[in-house]
Amino acid sequence: MATTERRAILLDFEKPLAELESRILQIRALAEDNDVDVSAQIQQLESRAQQLRQEIFTSLTPAQRIQVARHPRRPSTLDYIQAISDEWIELHGDRRSGKDDLALVGGIARFHGHSVVMLGHQKGRDTKDNVARNFGMASPGGYRKAMRLMEHANRFKMPIFTFIDTPGAWAGLEAEEMGQGEAIAHNLREMFRLDSPIICTVIGEGGSGGALGIGVGDRLIMFEHSVYTVASPEACAAILWKDASRASQAAEALKITAWDLKNLGILDYLLPEPTGGAHANPIQAAEGLESALLENLEMLLAMSPEQRKQERYRKFRQIGVFSEVA
Amino acid sequence: MSLFDWFANRKKESPISQDRQEREIADGLWTKCSECGVLTYTKDLRANQMVCPECDHHYRVFSDERISQLVDADTWQPLNEQLAPKDPLRFRDRKAYSDRLRDMQHKTNLKDGVQTGIGQIHGEGIALGVMDFRFMGGSMGSVVGEKITRLIEHATAAQLPVVIVCASGGARMQEGMLSLMQMAKISAALERHRDSRLLYMPILSHPTTGGVTASFAMLGDIILAEPDATIGFAGRRVVEQTLREKLPDDFQTAEYLLKHGFIDKIVPRTQLKDTVVQLIRLHQIPTQSPSLNHVSLESAANGQSVQIKPVI
Repeated sequence: MATTERRAILLDFEKPLAELESRILQIRALAEDNDVDVSAQIQQLESRAQQLRQEIFTSLTPAQRIQVARHPRRPSTLDYIQAISDEWIELHGDRRSGKDDLALVGGIARFHGHSVVMLGHQKGRDTKDNVARNFGMASPGGYRKAMRLMEHANRFKMPIFTFIDTPGAWAGLEAEEMGQGEAIAHNLREMFRLDSPIICTVIGEGGSGGALGIGVGDRLIMFEHSVYTVASPEACAAILWKDASRASQAAEALKITAWDLKNLGILDYLLPEPTGGAHANPIQAAEGLESALLENLEMLLAMSPEQRKQERYRKFRQIGVFSEVA
Repeated sequence: MSLFDWFANRKKESPISQDRQEREIADGLWTKCSECGVLTYTKDLRANQMVCPECDHHYRVFSDERISQLVDADTWQPLNEQLAPKDPLRFRDRKAYSDRLRDMQHKTNLKDGVQTGIGQIHGEGIALGVMDFRFMGGSMGSVVGEKITRLIEHATAAQLPVVIVCASGGARMQEGMLSLMQMAKISAALERHRDSRLLYMPILSHPTTGGVTASFAMLGDIILAEPDATIGFAGRRVVEQTLREKLPDDFQTAEYLLKHGFIDKIVPRTQLKDTVVQLIRLHQIPTQSPSLNHVSLESAANGQSVQIKPVI
């Protein structure tokens, strides 16, 4: 990826790194103009930059991680699907609402010889695309499309991969009228009924019920810098602190990182990202995802549908922390 | 002081009747309706299940009262009362979650925001869950999720219909993702209950919103609601912000949901018990011709076998 492009959407904590990188460029240009050999110095500076990047990205605060998860160049559902599958045909519509929801996409792919139904929230690449995709906030029609495709997978014995990347389900007048609550609730229940193996991956933002609406599966994978929240830190701060500017404090308190979810017994598989985040090296990120999906899929295919459903039930059944003394 | 002043002062000291009225409101003898302003003798109001006899406004009722309204006297057997919340995230906003919990438990005499149990309703066995809005807005954390899940699992094993009276602001933020996952956990238990061809009826009371709406509130075979209850996924203010325009007055009311086809029936509280029983009985497969019903019940009670007659 061109440095200039990345610099245009620099996250604030990346600034020291960007400064170092621009200095390297300057030195290189200067050396070329004056015909001096500075390759040793440049190498030294580059390794320092690499080290700095590593330091920054291994010590991100939850609020900074949200910024990475929401990075406009972070690979999206369609990016990953295209990168990991040999064939892909997108399918459209829920056959009910009279409108195809572009915030939630899905279709059938060929993955290591398997026909797999893949679906997920889709954010836009630019402002225009984001408006069309409603910034990845799906409407009831999106959740019903997802269910339609999952039923399809179930009928034709295909595994299901879902990709979660949404700030939350769309909170609009039309969404309420069309039954946003019902659409999500229906998916939660029905996903426990499906025979197909289901692998859910949080690739960016996992926003509350809107994420969970396609998030019930046999395995939950999370990218290292993705987050999964019960409520957005902004909303949580506004409600509990009565002060939306306390969002970073709320992000800390809500325990939203992959490590937190692992500790809470919710996450099955933590997927490392390239240094600098998935957007710094999308191809490497996709390769990581592909092998994680394959590994988990093979494990699930070794089980019978009944076994999988039992395990799926058990997996969610044990979530919760409480005391039980008479 | 002139006589005139004396009278004026007396007047200022307020007419005795009003003073007494206020004292009696404070004592709880009388209750003033927030909708129509009419005072009702609290005992009468209670007898009318906390529905204003003047304007039909449904006051909020909490779990104990709701249970006694719905369940036959002396048949209520609570389940899992020992379950109590913890503070797994060591959450602290303006106040520590653990302190909040302690205060709530003290105030409500409940361990958390739901009571569950089995009981009879006009003689029919049901598994009943009643959320309590007083306890942190009826929010759903691990304990609420676990108690409801166990209730449904119990009902599946005991072949009982499930009724849940919903009253909740949604998932409990102080337990983070554990709260969100309760939505899936309860839905899983409902899937098994449904698969056993058992009846599940949520009753949506004011307010039913957020994660509860996006899970068990909307998963009923039949969904009942109380008049004028607020029912929705996103909060009204959130929707207003995204739209930047005023919403219709009846937005997210029970009546609005009925109009849009998301609930089956709005039932005034005074008819709720009868309606629930009627629906439960409509779902029972008749085992005898109706004229023999009385006899068959007796023989069943005596432990004799009941002849099953096919439904034609």
